Amino acid sequence: MSALLDPTSERSPTIRPRLGRPDRLEGLTIGIVDISKPRGNIFLDQIDARLQERGIATRRYMKPTMTRPAPLPLRQQIGTEVQAVIQGLAD
Amino acid sequence: MTAPHQGLVAVVKRDCPTCVLTAPVLAAIPGLTVFSQDDPSFPEEVAGRIYDGELDTSHRLRIEIVPTLIRFEGGQEVARTYGWDRAEWQRLTGQPGLGEGLPAMRPGCGAKNLEPGILERLKVRHGETGIAARRIALGTGEDEIEAMYERGWSDGLPLVPPTEERVLRMLGGTTRDPQEVIGEVPSDLVPATIEKIAINAVMAGCKPEYLPVVLAAVEAVLDEPFAMHGVLATTMYVGPVVVVNGPIRRQIGMNARGNALGQGNRANATIGRAVQLVIRNIGGGRPQEVDRATLGNPGKYTYCFAEDEEGSSWEPLSVERGIAPGKSAVTVFAGYGLQGVVDQKSRDPDSLTRSFAECMKAIYNIKLAPACDAMVVIAPEHERTYREAGWSKARLYEELYRLTEMNGDDLLPGALGIAEGGPPSYAGRRIGKFRPGGLMIVRAGGAAGMFSGIIGGWSASGERGSAPVTKEVRE
Repeated sequence: MSALLDPTSERSPTIRPRLGRPDRLEGLTIGIVDISKPRGNIFLDQIDARLQERGIATRRYMKPTMTRPAPLPLRQQIGTEVQAVIQGLAD
Repeated sequence: MTAPHQGLVAVVKRDCPTCVLTAPVLAAIPGLTVFSQDDPSFPEEVAGRIYDGELDTSHRLRIEIVPTLIRFEGGQEVARTYGWDRAEWQRLTGQPGLGEGLPAMRPGCGAKNLEPGILERLKVRHGETGIAARRIALGTGEDEIEAMYERGWSDGLPLVPPTEERVLRMLGGTTRDPQEVIGEVPSDLVPATIEKIAINAVMAGCKPEYLPVVLAAVEAVLDEPFAMHGVLATTMYVGPVVVVNGPIRRQIGMNARGNALGQGNRANATIGRAVQLVIRNIGGGRPQEVDRATLGNPGKYTYCFAEDEEGSSWEPLSVERGIAPGKSAVTVFAGYGLQGVVDQKSRDPDSLTRSFAECMKAIYNIKLAPACDAMVVIAPEHERTYREAGWSKARLYEELYRLTEMNGDDLLPGALGIAEGGPPSYAGRRIGKFRPGGLMIVRAGGAAGMFSGIIGGWSASGERGSAPVTKEVRE
């Protein structure tokens, strides 16, 4: 029998269940997050307009760059201000 | 067999002339316990000799030189001498006439328990490695190579099993503390200790003397400006390209010449592979998971080479990037593949530079600018043209930036019959293919062939994405 040394971080990934999807948008504030991908704003402007037509409150956010994770203060701000988030991921 | 708690102990080996010289003396010391490291029949003169073939007693006694003579009192070591020193031996044994026929002094020999390979095995057996990583016991009959595949540790190619002995030898390649943290590895953002990096370097096939280069490369990719998380997660082709400068290139036998970017050199191959394994195993960054590459590129197995500094008339890349001449350093660049630049007819630098520029305009798409950073790998027969004309590297950079500017009108969507293109604001302007500072030039390759190469980068180059990072290699 031989023994090998573990090359991994030895951390069991924490699987956190996603929050349930809201069953309606009325009464919620929706965060619209632009990750700074080209043309993401065009898509998100449309979504924003559609939501506002339905009287749903929105708040806009922007990541400084799509190449890095969102800064912690931004994530915390989003988490405290809105109940759901929409992002545009592709160009 | 453990050493006695009282009296005298000697450790010897037959393969040591000084031990052979002292053999009659050993027989003349009453109550002496003699351990032989290499031959159960040595010394013949001592009837009760003990064979320490496994070297466990020698290791416990921390023997460094043979012969060693130790005196114990009440379980404690109170005196020790090594080699043959007649006066010392007489003092330790309390026998004034001991070894009168022998020379006064003879140096001893290196103890067998300290020989390379043996010391590591003894430390593992005695639980003295200090290695913190979890031990994964394999079942009897379980194939080590297959077991590593099944655990998801491999990049697709077989790995060297990271046994405790091999990792201990790997850690011997640096003087740094194995528990020192080099940085946080994406995508899981977990700390990378030197020990964990060493485990992955073993699996990649590195020799211990490569470890300082691996550590510098890992440190560089984990530096914030390199944006390793984004380099990993992008749908584009890129991965870390590692360029090594300075004396360590030659010390560890890296290839900067023929086939420098190809296969066949252990250091080139395994250093680049180790960096990728660190991302995979410590950071948890795997293809089709956080690594979203559409195609990737073969350099994501390994992409590492040395610059041919000796053959170059230009300053090395590391010096250009702020490292002192004569120091070893690595530069990491988020790059992919290799696009050839074939020019066998240009004999003056103007013509040759135009060839380079036209080839470079094609990176990604002739319609895209700025496209990405790029590394130009200039082959010796092309570098010669610049050297003979007295062109500095700075001059070549300047000409390349200028010659790769394009008419904005040609970059508009629909121009050249291609829908891809830049924004309307490009109309009527000159647009650079590369951002200022986005080019790097190195010399590498074999003596024959007017064949240079371009390593393209990531569309998110520079501050908004990944910028090249250079780190000095620390021993």
